[in-house]
Parts: sequence; C-alpha cells; structure tokens
Amino acid sequence: MTDKPQAYSAAAEVGQIRERRTWVQIAKIELKKAPYSAWFGLIVIAIYLFVAIFAPLLAPHGEAEIFPASFAPWGGDFVFGTDQIGRDIFSRLIYGARNTIGIALATTLLSFAIGGSLGLIAAISGGWLDQLLSRFVDVLMAIPGLIFALMLLTIFGSSILSLIMIIAVLDSTRVFRLTRSVSVSVVVMDYVEAAKLRGEKLGWIMRREILPNIMPPLIAEFGLRFSFVFLTIAALSFLGLGIQPPTADWGSMVRDNASMIQFAKYDLTAALTPMIPAGAIALLTVAVNFVVDWFLHITSGLNDEH
Amino acid sequence: MHPILGTIIQRLLLGIVTLFFVSLIIFSSVEFLPGDFTQAILGQAATEDTVAAFRAELGLDKPAYIRYFDWIGAVAQGDLGYSFSGRSASGIDRSRAVVDLVAPRLGNTLFLAGMAAIVSVPLALVLGITAALYRNSFYDRSVNAVTLTTISFPEFFLAYLLILFLASLWPVFPSLANVNAETELIDRIYKCVLPALTLTLVIVAHMMRMTRAAIINLLASPYIEMSQLKGLSKAKVIMRHALPNAWAPIATVIAFNLAYLVVGVVVVEVVFVYPGIGQLMVDAVTTRDIPVVQACALIFATTYILLNLTADIIGIVTNPRLLHPR
Repeated sequence: MTDKPQAYSAAAEVGQIRERRTWVQIAKIELKKAPYSAWFGLIVIAIYLFVAIFAPLLAPHGEAEIFPASFAPWGGDFVFGTDQIGRDIFSRLIYGARNTIGIALATTLLSFAIGGSLGLIAAISGGWLDQLLSRFVDVLMAIPGLIFALMLLTIFGSSILSLIMIIAVLDSTRVFRLTRSVSVSVVVMDYVEAAKLRGEKLGWIMRREILPNIMPPLIAEFGLRFSFVFLTIAALSFLGLGIQPPTADWGSMVRDNASMIQFAKYDLTAALTPMIPAGAIALLTVAVNFVVDWFLHITSGLNDEH
Repeated sequence: MHPILGTIIQRLLLGIVTLFFVSLIIFSSVEFLPGDFTQAILGQAATEDTVAAFRAELGLDKPAYIRYFDWIGAVAQGDLGYSFSGRSASGIDRSRAVVDLVAPRLGNTLFLAGMAAIVSVPLALVLGITAALYRNSFYDRSVNAVTLTTISFPEFFLAYLLILFLASLWPVFPSLANVNAETELIDRIYKCVLPALTLTLVIVAHMMRMTRAAIINLLASPYIEMSQLKGLSKAKVIMRHALPNAWAPIATVIAFNLAYLVVGVVVVEVVFVYPGIGQLMVDAVTTRDIPVVQACALIFATTYILLNLTADIIGIVTNPRLLHPR
C-alpha cells in the first residue's frame, strides 16, 4: 500500500467534485428530515403561491365587481358574504393574495438589490466609501421604519409604486448591514485577493467570488425581510395609507370590515369576516418564520437544543 | 478623565449628531413637495396675495439652510409651527398651533405606552429568565411556541382577536378607548386595558425571546460552568455570577423593545380609536398636513434615539468589557 506514494491524481479529484450532489438532491435529503413545522410552512407557502398565481381562475367573482347586496351574510352565492359596498369577500381574498404577496415580494427583491449590492461594494472597497455608506445607514436606521414610511408617504402620496420604492429603500438598510457584516470576513480571503490580482472587475468579484459564500445567511434574511415587509405593507394598508381601493388587499379589507366585529353576539360569521384577511396575513408570516427557522438550522449546522 | 465617562460622553455626542441628521431629514421632507402645494392646501380659488402670504409664512422665499435653522430654533423653544388644516382660499386662517394638537395627545400616548411597559417588562424578564434556566423543558417549549406565533401576528390581528373575545362575545372591556382630559384615572385605566393588553402581548413576545437568548448565551460561558463545577448552589450561580453580566444585555433588550413600542402604538391607537399621537400622525398623513407629520416624526424619532442611547449607556456602565472597544 505504501509503495505507490503518487496515488493522488488531479483528474480523480476533479472527477469526485463532479459527483457532488446537486442542490435538488440535497433539498430532497433535507426535506425527508424536515420537522413538521417546516413542512407545515412549506405547504402553506405553496398554497398561497398557487392562489396568488391562479387568482383569476379561482375567484368566483371579479376583484372590484359590485353587487346590489351590501353586507350580505355568509353562504349562497357569496361564500364569505359581501363588504360595505357589495363586493364579494371571498373573491377579494383570492385577489388580495396576489396583490399583497406580489407587492411584498417585489419590495423585498428591490430592497435586496439595493442593500445587497451597496453592502458588497462597501465591504469590498472599504475606506471612505464604506464609512460614508455605513454612517448614512446608521442615520436612516435611527428613525423607526413605520414612522419614516408614513412621513415619506405624505410627500410622495400612496401609490403602489411609491409604496414599493419607499419600503424597499427603508428596508434595504438592514440588508446592507447584514451583507456588509457577513462579507467583510469573506473579502479578506485569498481567493478574492487572487481574483483582484488577476484583474477581475468589481461586478465579477461581487457575483462570482463573494456572493456564493454569503448566500445562506442572505436567503434566511430574505425570508425574515419578506415577512417584515409583508407586515409593514399590511399595517400601512390597514391605516388606509398603503394599497388603495379598488385594488383588493388584506390590510385594507380588515379596515373596511372591522366594524362587523361588534355584531359577534348576533352573527358570529359576520364578526369573523374581518378576521379572515387578518388571519391570512398572520398565517403566511408564521409559515415563513417556520421555514426560515428550519433553514437556519440546516445551514448553521447546529444541532443543539434537540 | 475616567474612561467610562469618556465613552459615555462620546456616545452622547454621537446621539446628538444622529439627532441633528434625523432633524435634517425630517426638515428636508418638505423640500420634496411639488411646487404648487400651497395651492393644493389653500384651494383652487386662492388669490395671488393669499398664496404669496402663505409662502412667506412658510419662509419659502428664504434659502433652505436659513429655514432649517429657523425651524430647529423654534422647535427647541417648543414652537412646532402651525397646522396646514383650517386654512382657506380667502386668506382667513383658522389653523391651530401644532403644539396644542400634539401636547395632550402625547400625554395620552405616554400613558398607554407606560401602562403596557409596566406590565410587560417584569413579565417578559421573568418568562425569559425562567425559560432560559429550564431550557428545553415543556415549559420552555410552550412559551417559545406561543411567543413565536404572537410575533408573527400583525398587531391589528391581535387587537381584533381581543376585541372579538373580550369586548364583543363577552363584553368585559370597552372596544373603544375614547378618553379625554376629564376622564378619571380608574376609568382611564379601564378603557385602556385592551390596547395596553395588545401592546403587552407583542412586546412580551419580543422581549422574552431576546432575554432568553441573552441568558442562554451567558450561561454557556466558561466561568458559569466553573462556578457550577465549584459546587455553588444554583441561586448563587445566578445571583453572584450570571446576573452582574446580564444587566447589559437585559437593559438593551428592554430599551430596544420600548423603542419598538413607539412604532407599535400607531396601529393599536388606530384600532381602538385612542386619541394618541400615533392616530394624530396617521390623520395628518391622510390630509398631508406636513407640519403635524414633521412634529410627530420628530417626537417618535427622538424617543427612539434617546431610548437606544440609554440602552447603550446602561450597557457601558454595567459592563466593564465594553470599555475597551476595538
């Protein structure tokens, strides 16, 4: 066994690397081990996405279609009754999934594009640029997010576009901090230095050298930021300052139907009507949190607590 | 100079600089308004003279930096300007001073937030510390599961759940917290139970989880293990060895969550129609009443910064290790 010291061959090692599991295989293996909470979260998210994508096919009535019967009771033609001007609650719930999730997803993606790229640039270039960006973010984060959003909405008005822009910019401060803090330790690695020395551009170093190494915390953060953005938009819509009618949205549906709660003694279903969109918001956030918890558990490689 | 004092002064200066920049941001928000917003406020029928007079009152004929110093100087003296509402095209000015609008409502909000804080801070600390001590027990797991769910709920969902059960199905507490200056203290507390309970549920969940994490982190340190191996009683390990080092993280947790209360109060006030500053701000945003929005934002931001600053300073005073930053 010892008479062949040069058993190592580069080709064999490269061959081994090729046989690494693809991420689909890894996902299958991890899913088998996943706890019930993660399964619950994944199934809930899948259902929400399905409803959001196929909303026009699933909804029995139109998004803003007005029927003569306002505040109609549950059952019959309207599963969950109608709202104060006679729009079908059930259809609006389905369209609401599409609008609320779609807008929250767009906002989160935008905030990651802004915060992530600025964070990477700050970490790579360092020096005065890093200082400038970091101090600027410190100041922005000194104002509570919802208050800042309210102030900006006063100025720019509540259209969907300004809503997405404002919340994305405010939320990108947290993404910036995380990206910067996880990538400063990667930036000093030898392979980044090698890439710099062989003359790669900033974009290449960001995408090919650093990003793959900081992906797991960023993906987990994406889930958390999504549920945070989702709750912020719901809160703003609930306050009447977010998504504007006639666009169906869960936050404003709670606001519009809230007065029905006081009839709980006479008709429990009427009182439950505003609770359904509120519950839909809560359920999605719980589901996302469960999945993020599970994901963090896998990627951190920690197996304590069990 | 004592090194602790130096660090504290440094933090205070940093806080003042932050406040300066925040006030600058809040002030400059008015700069981004479209040019003809005076017309929008006064109405289509406003005469040239009225518009010009209004512009002069806002100081729009002066450069921005002079207006900033005028504004911040007035704010420092307690003058927050005049509301945009109540102005008419004919030039009759029935607008009210922002201070008169804000002051009574600020008192109400502080009352509500204080009520929530008095209940939630001790409750969260006890829950957090016991959960950390009896880690992985049934108790720990159930407290954890409940708090994770309440964290994920939007505030208004919790609020309406409470209204549904405690005000509508079993009318124990009122669902509207319509207090005014004449309301007696007992009556005021009674009316504020549901909003305060909503805030408590949200805050306790956050605070308990953070306390638990901080204590678990602490209990994992080698010196705690050493004191356990030395044979000290559990009480002594906690009182003599764990707690002195736990004050800093606990103070941070409390201040952070009280700062969170500042934001949470907005939604809760709207749900319960409570005449607080959050409700005022939402109304002002709807009517685009910039001076009121600015005043509210300034108050919220200042409270937030001061609370975080307090946490920092308590952290420095109680933790000698923070005396030597990198």
